[in-house]
Amino acid sequence: MPVWTFAKTSSPFPMKGLRVGVFALCALPALLLSLGFFQGTLGANPVERLLNGTGAWGLRFLLVTLAVTPLRWATGLAWVVRLRRQIGLWAFFYATAHFSLFAVFEHGLSLTAIVSDIYQRPFILVGASALLLLLPLALTSTQGWIRRLGRNWKRLHWLIYPAAILGVVHFFWLIKADRWTEPLIYAAILAVLLGWRALRRGRAGR
Amino acid sequence: MLIKKRRQRDVLPSEITPESIYRDRRRFLRTSALAAAGTLLAPGWSVAKPMEDLDALGDLPSSPLSTGEEQNTLEQITTYNNFFEFGTDKEDPMRLAPKRLAHRPWTLTVTGEAENTGEFEFDDFMKGLTVEERIYRLRCVEAWSMVIPWAGVPLAEVIRRANPNSRAKYVKFYTKHDPEVFPAQRARGMSFLASIDWPYTEGLRIDEAMNPLTLLATGLYGREMPSQNGAPIRLVVPWKYGFKSIKSVVQIHFQETEPECTWNQLAPSEYGFYANVNPDVDHPRWSQARERRIGELFKQDTLMFNGYGEEVADLYAGMDLRKNF
Repeated sequence: MPVWTFAKTSSPFPMKGLRVGVFALCALPALLLSLGFFQGTLGANPVERLLNGTGAWGLRFLLVTLAVTPLRWATGLAWVVRLRRQIGLWAFFYATAHFSLFAVFEHGLSLTAIVSDIYQRPFILVGASALLLLLPLALTSTQGWIRRLGRNWKRLHWLIYPAAILGVVHFFWLIKADRWTEPLIYAAILAVLLGWRALRRGRAGR
Repeated sequence: MLIKKRRQRDVLPSEITPESIYRDRRRFLRTSALAAAGTLLAPGWSVAKPMEDLDALGDLPSSPLSTGEEQNTLEQITTYNNFFEFGTDKEDPMRLAPKRLAHRPWTLTVTGEAENTGEFEFDDFMKGLTVEERIYRLRCVEAWSMVIPWAGVPLAEVIRRANPNSRAKYVKFYTKHDPEVFPAQRARGMSFLASIDWPYTEGLRIDEAMNPLTLLATGLYGREMPSQNGAPIRLVVPWKYGFKSIKSVVQIHFQETEPECTWNQLAPSEYGFYANVNPDVDHPRWSQARERRIGELFKQDTLMFNGYGEEVADLYAGMDLRKNF
């Protein structure tokens, strides 16, 4: 195994079915949203709920993905890293669903309408950029690509940091009135996760 | 339209307690509870009105100004509201208003540049006015819309009765100011709601106010106004964005100068005094070209003056609607 992959990623899970359990847990919000949509329990404006729901879950899973490495540092549990790819892909799934709902229901898939909306509303440009940054990460998440890209894989996947920052900015920007609490929490979590990394880097550099 | 299938567990009409009986029972329970409380509290108590207690308004004359479009359901109209006095969430009003907003006693004050000013109890205020049904489109500045069967009286009739003088160029409206009722009116600190200079106010030019479309609504779907929709009386100006249609009005003031309006004061670059529905003038942060009719998945084109151009376009002849947005 080449050195640049994670030496301890092959450490065994503490229990069977963990990967499946995480899969089910990550799929749950999508399941509940779809169920609510088809049962008509998403309130008077279900499209708004779907848009907000998928967007929020995309951001949450992105933050969870970024929390995996610090979690390993904190706990020494190497196996958590083996869940990272899956959670990251779920973040991409929700972000993609979010954008697709926007494209279909807000603009009826009209390209000109989407482009002019992105031009008109900077927060959409910010959100779309975040998704665009995640795209190559999702595409190169397979073992084959990790091998093929070698040390550049890690360089490429550094893009998750700007993507997460843009994601939080996107959320902040669209907030109306006084509902700052949720984006503030995400911003705080992201600051801790990035700050932690910076601190370790600083120490290692000394 | 939703078609309800009858299920096994549904009760038969014959099994249902007649409305008059359960209403009496509720009233009795409430009255006795209040009587008990009344011995402790000062007189002059008021009762909030839950949805199921709203009285029917009887047969309402229909109006040629009504639209024939499919109406939104009572559920949609009463569960998705912007009534920031109760919070910024669309579902805050339905959760809080029916418990907190009393329909009576309700005093309306007519003030300013008019002959017949004074204080009126709601029922006296309504005396001699014929409530009619007006089915209007409502277009929110947030790019969603509904079709609502309002019940109300033309504002013009109320204005004629007040008999404003020649200095009355504008009409200003005030929502009730009572922090006991409206939690947002006691918001403090950094919150957005604390930055609002309560009470909520709105205004119209006198000719806009006199337009036959402009309504003082006292109900919807043939019943009294649900609390979350601005009970007991609210303004409805169907060719303007919804925020102009001020809720739970307690004061109507005639004045010579353009009135200060809540949203206009909060963000003058985003919410103009006129706030006419206009698909060609975008909100600085989003497009106004299209709207989502509540109940529909896809958006539809927004119409100039919300489709009421025939009735109101003349009011703005010669005006630059980009500047006077």
